[in-house]
Parts: sequence; C-alpha cells; structure tokens
Amino acid sequence: MATKFSKETYLYWYELMQLIRQFELMAEEKYKMEGKIRGFFHAYIGQEAIAAGCMTGTRHEDLFITAYRDHGLAIAKGVSVNSCMAELYGKATGCAKGKGGSMHFFGKEVNFFGGHGIVGAQIGTGAGLAFAEQYRGTDNVVLCYFGDGAARQGMLHEVFNLAMLWKLPVIFICENNNYAMGTSVERSSNVIDIYKLADGYEMPADTIDGMSPEAVHEGIGRAVKRAREKGGPTLLEIKTYRYKGHSISDPQKYRSKEEVDEYKGKDPIQLILKTILANNYATPEEIGLIDKRVEGIVAASVKFAEESPWPDDSEVLKDVYMDKHYPFIID
Amino acid sequence: MARSIAFRDALREAMSEEMRRDDRVYLMGEEVAEYNGAYKVSQGMLAEFGSRRVIDTPISELGFTAVGVGSAQNGLRPIVEFMTWNFAVLALDQILNTASKMLAMSGGQISCPIVFRGGNASAGQLGAQHSTAFESLYANIPGIKVVSPSNGYDAKGLLKQSIRYEEDPVIFMESEVMYGEKSDIPDEEYYIELGKADIKRAGRDVTIVSFNKMMKVALGAAAELEKEGISAEVIDLRTIRPLDWMTVLESVKKTNRLVIVEEQWPFGSVSSEIAYRIQKEGFDYLDAPIRRITAADAPLHYAPNLVAAALPDVPRTVKLVKEVMYMAR
Ligand SMILES: Cc1ncc(C[n+]2csc(CCOP(=O)(O)OP(=O)(O)O)c2C)c(N)n1
Ligand SMILES: [Mg+2]
Repeated sequence: MATKFSKETYLYWYELMQLIRQFELMAEEKYKMEGKIRGFFHAYIGQEAIAAGCMTGTRHEDLFITAYRDHGLAIAKGVSVNSCMAELYGKATGCAKGKGGSMHFFGKEVNFFGGHGIVGAQIGTGAGLAFAEQYRGTDNVVLCYFGDGAARQGMLHEVFNLAMLWKLPVIFICENNNYAMGTSVERSSNVIDIYKLADGYEMPADTIDGMSPEAVHEGIGRAVKRAREKGGPTLLEIKTYRYKGHSISDPQKYRSKEEVDEYKGKDPIQLILKTILANNYATPEEIGLIDKRVEGIVAASVKFAEESPWPDDSEVLKDVYMDKHYPFIID
Repeated sequence: MARSIAFRDALREAMSEEMRRDDRVYLMGEEVAEYNGAYKVSQGMLAEFGSRRVIDTPISELGFTAVGVGSAQNGLRPIVEFMTWNFAVLALDQILNTASKMLAMSGGQISCPIVFRGGNASAGQLGAQHSTAFESLYANIPGIKVVSPSNGYDAKGLLKQSIRYEEDPVIFMESEVMYGEKSDIPDEEYYIELGKADIKRAGRDVTIVSFNKMMKVALGAAAELEKEGISAEVIDLRTIRPLDWMTVLESVKKTNRLVIVEEQWPFGSVSSEIAYRIQKEGFDYLDAPIRRITAADAPLHYAPNLVAAALPDVPRTVKLVKEVMYMAR
C-alpha cells in the first residue's frame, strides 16, 4: 500500500509528536510531584498532530502565534527543548528568560511569536504579523492559532473582516478540542460548526481531522498556497481533543472517562506508528531507538533546567522598555 | 453564633441571600453555573436558582458585560463575574464609556446598579497577563465605586451592601489566593457601608494603610514591629473609591507618621492619592515624609524570585517604618 507522504515525513512526524508528548509528561511530573514548575500549565497532549502537520505544510520563514497552550507549537517550530524546560522552571536560560512561564513561550529567531494569555487576543495580533509580511512584500504566511472558546470573542469578527478586506496572508487555525475550560462547544454558541463563522466574511474555510498529521498537512497546504499567492486568509477548523484537563488543576467533571478514552483510541502518535510499521518505514527496534533519543532529549532538558541559574533580581526592571535609560519609579 | 467559613463561601452567601430577597438580582459570567465557578465562588448556585438567574456565558467579556449593563439600565440588578479582572480589560469600554457615564449623560435619568466582581492582582507565578492589580485604574473613574476587601467577613457585608443598596456601578475586587481563607461570619444578616475604612489594629507610633491581600503584609509588619516596641496602627481601606481619607487623617494626627502598602503600580496609584490628601489636610501633623511600598514599576514576571522581588513584603515594610521613625541604621 502506497502512502501519501515519504518515509522521512512519517518518521519526522512520529519523532516530533513523541518529543512534544514526552516533554509534557515529564514537565507535568515535575509540576505535580516536585513542585518545580508553577503557575498555569496547559498540556497540548492529544493535539500533537496539528503541530506535526503544520510543520511539514509550511516553511521556516512562516510565522506561528498561539495562545497559552503553547508548548507543542513552540517545540515544533524549533524553540530548543532545553530552553522550553528551563522556562517552565523559571530559569534565566528559559526561552523567555524565566519571565513568561508555561503560557508565554517565545522564539523570535525561529519565527515563534508566542504564547498569549488573554483568550482571543492573538487572533488580531496574528493578523498584524501578516500585515507586516504583506507590507514588506514577502510571500511568508502567518499561522494564527486559537481555541474553540476563543472563537466567541468579538476580536475574531473584527479581524476576519479586516483580513478579508486587506487579503492578509494569515491562516486562522481554530484548534477545536471541544472544550473551553468546562464549556463545550455546544454550550457556547448556536453555531457549533466553527468553520461557518468565515461565511459572514466570505472567507474560505475548511474542517480538518486534527488527529491525523496527513490531513492537517493537506489542509494547511491548501490554505498556505492561497495565502502565498495573495489569495488572502483562510479559516481552518481543526477537530482535535485534549486528553488532559484544561490545566493541571481541572477536575474535569464536565466530561466522561469514556469520551476521553474514545479519543485516546484515535491517538495520532499510534496512528502514525501503525503506518510506519505497516509500510516497513522502520522496524520496532528502530522505533525503540527514536523513543530512546526522545527520552534522552527530555532528560537532558530537565538536567539543563535544574542546573541553570535563577534570573538575577535586577531583572525585575529589565525588558520593560527598550529604552535602557528609562527612569523607573523607585521609592 | 459565628461560623468559620472560607472567603469564597462568604461571597456566595452574600449573593445568594440577596438573590433570595430580590428577583431582579442575577449572576452572569464564564463558568459560573455548570462548572460551579472557576474558583468555586458560585458553587451550588445554579442548583438553587436555576439557569434563568445563574448564567454561563461564552468567552465574550465585552458582549456579556454590555448585556449586564443594559439590563441594569432597564430595571435589573446584575452581578457580573469576571474570571479575573485581567479579562475585564476587554469589557472596559462598557464599564468606563457606558456604565460610569450613563447617569451623567442622561441628565440623571438612567442609572446603572450593577456589581462587577472577580479575582484581582497577583496570584502566584501566573506571568504578566494574569497578575495586574486594577484598583487604582478603576478608582480613577468618576461614576463608579471600587471595593477591595481583605477578609471574608468584610467581603460579605460589603458585597451585600453593593448588591442591595448601591445604585451606582460597583467594582468589587477579590483575590484568587484569598478564596480559601477562613473568617468568622455571624449567623445574623449584616451589611457594611461602602466608603468606610476599618482600623484593624490600633497603635500609637505609626500608621500603616493597606487593603486587600496586602493587609497581610501590613499586619505582619505591625506584629514584627511590636516585638521591637513599635506600636503600629493598621488601617484597612476596604473601599478605594470613595476613599475614606478622614480615618487615615485622624490616625496620622495621633501617630504623625504614615506608610502605605499596596500592590498597585506606583504611578498615579492609591498611595499617590492618599499621600496628596494627607499632606494637604494634615501637613502640620506629619513628622516624616509619607512613604509607600508598591509593586515594582514593571509587569510581573514568572520566576519565583522575580515575583518575590517585585511585590511588597514584611521585611521591607518593617524597614520602611523604621525609616519614617528615623530608627534605621
Ligand atoms: C479574555 C479571557 N477570558 C478568560 C480567560 C480565562 N481562560 C483561559 S483559557 C480559557 C478557555 C479557552 O478555551 P479555548 O479557547 O477553547 O482554548 P483551549 O484551552 O481549549 O486550548 C479561559 C476561559 C482568559 N485567559 N482570557
Ligand atoms: Mg478548546
């Protein structure tokens, strides 16, 4: 049976998704068992196929911007795993110098524009990133991610209108994991097919199976092509699922274990592994080696984070203004 | 008889008692009903009052705040819960441009009796976008009142007062980290008037003014100072606007020294306003400059040491008190 993508692509997807998942499982343990990570922590576990498919469907110069559930996309885009773990620990070597924490990963060098905490805000900011690309005349595109809950913010409507009016090279990606905290999509609107929100602005839209990197790659590919060729924005509703609670402190009384198990049965990592094995793209032993490599990267990131220094206390007043001589109020 | 209950339970009692009394009162916000509140303040309220009066909203702060404001202009008395005040920034247009100005613009025809409430200011290592203390920002707005209690007892009385008797928009600021704290609540119903500060600890040598969770720092410092024979009077503002500067002034007439502890950013803060008022009304009573400890003049970073360095604490307050007493070495 011929596959749609190359052996290398499947192996890349497998390793990337494993890396994201193992990173988060380890971080969650450090949070819960050792208290070394604090603040809000939102796991991407279950949604990794989106990161995987988006990476192969875009190029390095394309920009990503997302909400607080940002670990997976940051790692995918190439923010170093060491600096991600150090950020969770609040260390000076973190990807935001220990100033952002879990919700605010950044990596400008790799075109990862963060980790945003106010629901829906980055829908507009992402359109702004795209405006700059269009203004400068590049053919780079922006992948702008937000949740199903964020789709109910007024921001979405204003920005959809602007993006269509100006044909901005932005792809609006709604990661629909069916819940905004404890509120299901059905309880948040009369319109439960989020992709239909594009209709009011005559914006092209599509729904995509978010448990399949292949489907994500193809859907993203179509939207990216349109944006690169000056065809303007697209709304993609990617149907996915988060296995974990909204954040670490969520008791999850709003959904059943059976529902969670149903989605775990469609796990993207297992799906890709099956394809790899069925096509002899790797032997079980070779998969074992990949898993070992991933384990090593994650373990090294923990060591790196633990051995890294805290930011100096003087950092409190640093990175507030670009102006190095800004006269802060100090009583 | 008094019962020891958590801050969140005191808030819930306030809302539930007023909702039992008055059908015009309803509660609206994100996760307030079926989830029983993001911080469990409204636990059980959907079960008691039903979905007509305990209403879940989508994440649409500007929209549902506007609905609340409109309904208040048309005869209802809404309580709008913000998951935290950080998210109310999206609704500031409705609070500032509509709610606070309606009475003035309509020449006194249309009032807006509404309570906006939720957690405020830092709550651990939550990063810059989840840590802002908003009292001074809202206190700048004519037409609204701003309440910021430090314990469950005060919170219950002030919230009941706000819901039942206040005919103006009230901003009610809580704290995620105080929701679990216990206080003694009488079985009898009670109300606490807005605009009245409360002397939480009497003293002779210096006045320390604070509010909300920084009251812990103020009282902690007073306890430390007592060990060294310094008697601090600690005033809990409870309401920021209107500001009860008379109570502060009366205290300063006795102690002649004033230190203010708050979690606001320093520029144009609550302490700035108090300092202005006290120097104007009580210049002759002051034996030292009025001093303050605020949050650092910066967004709050995530790392634990940066959080600690940015916020007021007991040692720095003690040191500052000694400075105004000219005791610092
Ligand atoms: C403006 C605003 N309102 C409320 C919140 C609190 N909050 C954080 S995440 C969240 C749910 C968002 O759900 P969704 O957009 O579906 O994203 P998901 O968490 O599922 O990835 C809420 C209500 C916030 N951060 N910002
Ligand atoms: Mg969601």
